[in-house]
Amino acid sequence: MKFRRKEYTVSAEPDMTPMIDMTFQLIAFFMVLLNFGEGEIDSRIKLPTSQLAKPPEAPIESPLVLQLTSDDNVIFGGEAIPISALDRPLRNEKRFLELNGRKASDATVILRADVDAKTGVVQEVIQKCQTNGFEKFALRAKQDENR
Amino acid sequence: MKLRRTSNDVLGKVEMQMTPMIDIVFQLLTFFLFSFKIAAQEGDFNIRMPLAGPGSPNVEQQLPIKVRLTADAQGNLASIQLADRKVPNFAELHQQVMSIVGNDAGPSADAGNAEAELDCDYNLKYQNVIEAVTAVSGYMTPSGHIVKLIQKIKFSPPKKPA
Repeated sequence: MKFRRKEYTVSAEPDMTPMIDMTFQLIAFFMVLLNFGEGEIDSRIKLPTSQLAKPPEAPIESPLVLQLTSDDNVIFGGEAIPISALDRPLRNEKRFLELNGRKASDATVILRADVDAKTGVVQEVIQKCQTNGFEKFALRAKQDENR
Repeated sequence: MKLRRTSNDVLGKVEMQMTPMIDIVFQLLTFFLFSFKIAAQEGDFNIRMPLAGPGSPNVEQQLPIKVRLTADAQGNLASIQLADRKVPNFAELHQQVMSIVGNDAGPSADAGNAEAELDCDYNLKYQNVIEAVTAVSGYMTPSGHIVKLIQKIKFSPPKKPA
């Protein structure tokens, strides 16, 4: 007896829904964790650690981030400049603050100095800021992970 | 003219094109994946240091607690002195500062007004300064609460080696 083969035209389509669900969840996860404020964080700086380094509770008003490398350069606006050339950008910042109706003394200079930077150089940077009218400083440190 | 409806019109299945969407979604996922960075939290030690002018009051009259940190040729910490007395390490410095501005129960009411002056060698590595600032500015209780000690911290003028 001869059987006739019945032909089926079934399309084998995978169910994409769980994969898309998972992918969207992953995107949402990474999106929430992405911190655009880290743009100012430079990988050339290795911050000192301290157990008392807690993130500020309120956002800092008029922050000015200066990053001091271990080879005595200041990274300001993504550019490494020697300390002797720091006066000009500081004057520009001061002028910018004054144009916006604020004073240099209202701004906070966030100093991200490398763990191996010389203390004297850090003080020189602070002095440069002081001569340009900046008064408030925040010495930045990394939270001690052992605590 | 009468048009005959074809069977496709009745059972017509509108299929959504998933390929472009999945492409974009994977691109987004890759972007976020690569820009993801695990970084430890950062915190600040706030210091207010206006430029000392001729009309400013003599800060010496407030008798700041002087902490002197010396460095060896490589910039490592050589010695710690608290008001001309040698202190072996930062833990001991913290204990001594506690005994000056506080008691066993915690910092005294005067701790907020106390002032510390850090006098550091020029080539001292910055980590030591942060450790000294940590030692004088407070401590963390086992429950994770930060107790503040001296909040007014200033630096002596830098002494550039000749």
